[in-house]
Amino acid sequence: MSTFASSRETTEGRIYSVTGGDWDDVARDIGSAKEERVVVNMGPQHPSTHGVLRLMLELEGETITELRCGIGYLHTGIEKNTEYRTWTQGVTFVTRMDYLSPLFNETAYCLATEKLLNITDQVPERASVIRVLMMELNRISSHMVALGTGALELGAITPMFFAFRERERVLDIFEMVSGLRMNMAYIRPGGVAQNLPSDTVTKIRELVKDLRKNFKDNEKLLVGNSIWLKRTKDVGYLDLAGCITLGVTGPVLRATGMPWDLRKTEPYCGYQDYKFDVITTDTCDVYGRFLIRMQELEQSLRIIEQACDKLDKLNGAPVMVADKKIAWPAQLSLGGDGLGNSLEHIRQIMGTSMEALIHHFKIVTEGFRVPAGQVYAPVESPRGELAAQIVSDGGTRPYRVHFRTPSFSNLQATSAMCEGSLIADVVAAVASIDPVMGDVDR
Amino acid sequence: MSEKGMFGVAGTGDTSGYGGLERQQASANSSQRPYGSYFDDIADQLERAYPEFNDAIERVVVDRGELTLHIKCKKLVEVALILRDQLRFEVCLGVSGVHYPTDLGRELHAVYPLLSMTNNRRIRLEVSVADTDPHIPSLVEVWAGNNWHERETFDMFGIIFDGHPALTRILMPDDWPGHPQRKDYPLGGIPVEYIGATVPAPDDRRSYR
Repeated sequence: MSTFASSRETTEGRIYSVTGGDWDDVARDIGSAKEERVVVNMGPQHPSTHGVLRLMLELEGETITELRCGIGYLHTGIEKNTEYRTWTQGVTFVTRMDYLSPLFNETAYCLATEKLLNITDQVPERASVIRVLMMELNRISSHMVALGTGALELGAITPMFFAFRERERVLDIFEMVSGLRMNMAYIRPGGVAQNLPSDTVTKIRELVKDLRKNFKDNEKLLVGNSIWLKRTKDVGYLDLAGCITLGVTGPVLRATGMPWDLRKTEPYCGYQDYKFDVITTDTCDVYGRFLIRMQELEQSLRIIEQACDKLDKLNGAPVMVADKKIAWPAQLSLGGDGLGNSLEHIRQIMGTSMEALIHHFKIVTEGFRVPAGQVYAPVESPRGELAAQIVSDGGTRPYRVHFRTPSFSNLQATSAMCEGSLIADVVAAVASIDPVMGDVDR
Repeated sequence: MSEKGMFGVAGTGDTSGYGGLERQQASANSSQRPYGSYFDDIADQLERAYPEFNDAIERVVVDRGELTLHIKCKKLVEVALILRDQLRFEVCLGVSGVHYPTDLGRELHAVYPLLSMTNNRRIRLEVSVADTDPHIPSLVEVWAGNNWHERETFDMFGIIFDGHPALTRILMPDDWPGHPQRKDYPLGGIPVEYIGATVPAPDDRRSYR
């Protein structure tokens, strides 16, 4: 072996470790070795592994005989952290799990909290509509990353430019509404943090028009493109039985022809009142999953339009539950020095009402109590079933918060999708699962 | 259990009485029939399909529109197979642990949310074991997708899933001491070394006491 390879004796024979060096030398030496069995470590720092995912591949030639994932590089202890904060502060933590679709994490968490509080019915309609609106915008921005980076990883650079151009527009709306482009902590137990700025709906309507036109750019580039088809068709095969036993949900499941979408099967936030289609394909492969994401964009636009119409009718309606013992006491407002607590509110609690001041202080520092029990609240995130499983002991902090994240469950299917295929197809298969490592490791 | 009154409440730091201060723990008793919704149907079907129902199921809890079956640890696989094959709960959405240090003799709980895509129904299984003997039979043979979930629960809570093909840590490093999501494991607590100074673990800081 080459001078780059150190070697050591193991129970399985002599093992050569190759790191660095010139790839031509490595390839030549591997070619001359008697044993064909090569183990390649892909990641955790690898441009096409979607963040810090480590793949351990055992190869025979270019064919994968075994694949194992190494995860945990992005474990941040979010679940543990929430046990030390109030219920409202929990939102700020969970939004950081799946950082490409933060609003879904927040919604799952808030739906679970509301279920524990038994106030699901009291959440104002306008708040639910805003949640739906924001989630669908978020679905678009998340799918844009999936499509853009997925194409980029297979060598198609232009689709990413288009995808990120569109995504940027959506993030601008997020910034306008919540002040932040990601990790907004915008959806709160009982409603949403802030009412929409007055011109939001107009801006979103314009955006929908533009997006509908612009989505065609990517469609023209990829749908039916012969190189794209060769890289994605019949690649990363996983059929319905495989999906079910592995607990795989989302576009990967729908690509097997199963029309399973929690927005239809178990509607939350009033999804039963919106008209949209569940997109399926029956190819079970990367191309099918790509087509589903592409077409779900249009369905999201349809929902957004309907949500805008509803918002017009609900102008001036509240966006937080009426119960003052749960609702956040203050609204932010834009002053001369930027966004902050509204002066009117400060004036009221500081100047007129001692009780209001105490109330504000208590609810902000200590938070509210949540009756004991445990609940499970699932939502359909861009990646599949995202659920918050929360246990309360009756205190002001969650007793246990567990997130059943789609990335974690779906990533398990990588081995099933890739073993027996070529090494280049791993990249396509992982991209089609669209795992977000923050969501996997939490 | 419930505590009332203005003072002497431990755990939440609230001594003002403002919050009403009534703490309740979830009922330890079974719910009574009728359970409502489709839950009676599930219980009937399960009793028919599984003659040892009363022996294996410790209690049935219906709370906030969700059905939880508390199952004896040894019978878990049997019940799971019947739920999968006869009641058509095809999907198990994983397992998560909960640590109740005060629930003596059954400190560690494992919670399995199940989904029936055929009937669009959900239930939850719950198994509890003692901290001193934290063994639960693995469900990987029943639902292959539980593989990583059981590894995570082992990693975070130290529950040992007997029969799991490779029960190793999944999120924490292999040589990590302890199981971070147990209640007796402090938040933070990893010493960060700066020259001449130490940072207290978050739970050692005053506001978390």
